[in-house]
Amino acid sequence: MLLLKDRKDAVEGTAAWALVDRIGLAICWFLGLLFCAIAVMIVVYLLVQGIKFLRPEMLWTPAAAGFSETETGGFSDALVGTLIVAVLGISLALPAGVAIAVWLVEYGRPAALARVTESTIEAIAGIPSIVLALFGTVIFSSTALGFLSRTTQGIVFGRSFFAAGAMLSLVALPLIVASVREGLNSIPRHVREASYAVGKTKAATTRRILLPTCRPQVATGAMLGLGRIIGDTAIIVVLLGATQNFAPVEGAPFPLNFLRGAGTTLTNFVYEASPTGNLNQPQKAYAAAFVLLLMVLALNAAVDVVHRRARKVGTWSH
Amino acid sequence: MEDLTPQYGPKWSDQRVERMLGALVCGVVALLLAMIATVFVHAWPSFSHNGLAWFGPGGNVDDQLNAIFLSGQAGTEYVYTFHAWALIWSTLLITGGAVLIALFSALFVAVFLVEFAPEWMSNILQPVVRFLASVPSVIYGLLGVLILVPFIGNHLVTEPQKASVAGVISLTGYSLMAATLVLTVMIAPLMVSIFSDGLRAVKPGWLEGSLALGVNRWRTTWKIGVRSARPAIIAGTVLAVARAIGEAVMLAMISGSVGFAPNPADGLIFIYEPSRPLAPTIVKNIDQLSSPPANATLFAIAAVLLFSAAVFSLTGYVARRAMRKYGAA
Amino acid sequence: MEPLTDVSEQRGPIGPLKSDTPGPPPIRRLRLDDPEPATEVTAPLQPSNGPQQGGFTAAKRSIGAPQFSIRRMEIDKVSVHYGAKAAVKEVSLPVRQGEVLGLIGPSGCGKTTLLRSLNRLTELTSSARLSGRILLDDLDITQIEPTLLRRRVTMVFQQPNPFPMSVFDNIAYVLREQGSRRARKKTLEPAVHSALDRAGLFEEVKDNLDHPALKLSGGQQQRLCIARALAAEPEVLLLDEPCSALDPKSTQVIEDLIVKLRDDVAVVIVTHNLQQAYRIADHVAFMYLGDLVEYNSATALFGSPREQRTQEYVSGAFG
Repeated sequence: MLLLKDRKDAVEGTAAWALVDRIGLAICWFLGLLFCAIAVMIVVYLLVQGIKFLRPEMLWTPAAAGFSETETGGFSDALVGTLIVAVLGISLALPAGVAIAVWLVEYGRPAALARVTESTIEAIAGIPSIVLALFGTVIFSSTALGFLSRTTQGIVFGRSFFAAGAMLSLVALPLIVASVREGLNSIPRHVREASYAVGKTKAATTRRILLPTCRPQVATGAMLGLGRIIGDTAIIVVLLGATQNFAPVEGAPFPLNFLRGAGTTLTNFVYEASPTGNLNQPQKAYAAAFVLLLMVLALNAAVDVVHRRARKVGTWSH
Repeated sequence: MEDLTPQYGPKWSDQRVERMLGALVCGVVALLLAMIATVFVHAWPSFSHNGLAWFGPGGNVDDQLNAIFLSGQAGTEYVYTFHAWALIWSTLLITGGAVLIALFSALFVAVFLVEFAPEWMSNILQPVVRFLASVPSVIYGLLGVLILVPFIGNHLVTEPQKASVAGVISLTGYSLMAATLVLTVMIAPLMVSIFSDGLRAVKPGWLEGSLALGVNRWRTTWKIGVRSARPAIIAGTVLAVARAIGEAVMLAMISGSVGFAPNPADGLIFIYEPSRPLAPTIVKNIDQLSSPPANATLFAIAAVLLFSAAVFSLTGYVARRAMRKYGAA
Repeated sequence: MEPLTDVSEQRGPIGPLKSDTPGPPPIRRLRLDDPEPATEVTAPLQPSNGPQQGGFTAAKRSIGAPQFSIRRMEIDKVSVHYGAKAAVKEVSLPVRQGEVLGLIGPSGCGKTTLLRSLNRLTELTSSARLSGRILLDDLDITQIEPTLLRRRVTMVFQQPNPFPMSVFDNIAYVLREQGSRRARKKTLEPAVHSALDRAGLFEEVKDNLDHPALKLSGGQQQRLCIARALAAEPEVLLLDEPCSALDPKSTQVIEDLIVKLRDDVAVVIVTHNLQQAYRIADHVAFMYLGDLVEYNSATALFGSPREQRTQEYVSGAFG
């Protein structure tokens, strides 16, 4: 609370308020409860439908052709696909994000470049993912990057896990940069000066002292980024190919054949299985959506745990 | 005298590291510039063939897209004729409606969360807001298409209403109303977080000073707190607008698949009419990328999206600078 | 004792909007049936050189004795506890219009807590418990609606905190946020001008009242805060170390202003600057670790303190 610190009785003294003010407070309560109601409805509905339709074998059975929903298998390919793009995306975004954040906070010369970089990261955060996806089609269809996807008859297909993972890393990048920057900025100057005073370089200081201190912020940024990656659909729909199963590239060694091939993820699966997509299997859509939501909630909970643990550790006095 | 200069130095000298990191940073900036350039370069044929009429009305958008695609497949003279007004109008209606409703609700909820909610309520509401913000858009789309759309189509739209527009479009529940409502729920939590951060950052001295002058808490929070948090409010709104404009998947599932421009002059029925904003159009026609003129058209739509996002960010930045005059930034 | 309803009705809308008399606003609720002569102040003092004994040296005391004094607030065995810790222990003091009451003491002695309890700002912290009574014009302040109380007892804080608006809007804010109807600028102008005048700021800002308040100098900002506090037409003005963030020149301006105001409002000032207390206070209360150690007229307390601890404090043995 801004004004009534820890005060339990928040409606103290509203009797003297003008009618306009009291109506305003009533609106506040109404909207607050409405938000809660919507959230409850989403969770309950997905829970009920998900439990109704999710059968454990769906998790490890790939999709297959069939006539009714029970015959068409599960979405194991989609589940594994989600994990693959998540790993690909984060393994690109995390090092890059940490490096950019370190440069912005510790180096940042010339100042004009620093400002441009900040604006760039903000701009990337604001670009719709569909535009990123379109750009991905151009890049990965070029012959120079043909090794990252399937090439048939000289035409580079340009759709693969690599392609999707690369563009998804851009989606996660701004979140990581923001979080790590916040962590680095919260370390007081005298800590760095203490390290320089014993002759350590900036690089060593960052590597040995600053970044380890920022582990909570790095973890938070990574998990927020992961959340956005596994929730993204537009890039997947465009850059991963419109298949329901893995379509590995022939003639390439494992695991490259899968990574260069097309596939699907949970988000794509839900999209295709909904009435808008090609499959029109609402039951499987609910099941997959339920699993997806569980993953996102697990990530949220993990972020909370990290925050709470970080608060227990002491901080420097400023 | 023996040479006492150390035979070793740090392997990663600061200069070296700085140069490497600087190169990475320049690479990212170059990547963004390349992205923008690529989009506009690929979009150019569509714009050059249509000129300003690209943004105007004229003809059926779906037919035009079809013609463009087919001409590319055939390999003969490419057809570029495209008038995107129906799509632009749909974007304006849905985004505008959603942002207005979300702004109003998010402001009240943020004020409530920060100041007036009792502790038990804010302990519930805070995680609720975070939860709503993290639900993937495809799940919102799924729930919308399986719950909201049938509800509107079967229970809200009456038969006479359907009959009145039969022949032009069909009112099946894929509508402006469904799209706006779900989009509102998607962007409001984001605004609530940014607004409440802004409210919490207000100088406590101002709020206490206002209370000490006998102004009640409600007025204090709105007149001083919200007023001081105006830069945060603008930032949150700009972010929400950018998110709303770029939302492709959820809208593809809910807004309807026809490039139809709902006409408010039709009366109340216009909120039940289907439409399709710019971003979902790209998703819906993504298979057409192989055809060069269609490729140009889709990139042209993407260019418009990029440009609007940039314009909104700039507006927000300018507005926040103007507020510094009174010390509110 | 007047019942509560009468008091609220007496307040009504803002005074200057109705009054036709020019000049400073009239003193309200002057209780002519019970004026006290200037008590506990011996013969009208001539401005004197500061006393030299006890190790306390100060500049000349340039204000004269108060002309009259009327009891406005009564602090009656008040204790304030934050949880288990006692910040103020059983303090009893009178607050009079016509004089300046100074609260002095080292950090953490409870003087700010006592000040904040006078307008119920301590209630903003949930762990605060107040026992004892505080009376405003013979009415227990817990019986008065807090927002109404805070218009009758206003406060100026240590850090100048003008709102992020123009000078005019800062003062008009106090006058506006009272009811559902929004008063127009023209109607509010006389009140705003008079408040600025009483705070001695009018001459400096009258050319541009739309100037952003945050662009004023520190001393001007604090005077604006005082003007804002006066715009509410209070009966008691509380000042929490108002000059500690200001330079000496601004401090002098504000001290003169405070002395000028004492006839219109009862002034209570908390200060850790002993010289300031000597310069402007008529009665001084010395607090230490929550206890009221000594309450006396300023000259008596600084010149010949009764308590040993007072003697040690004013001579600088601790602080």
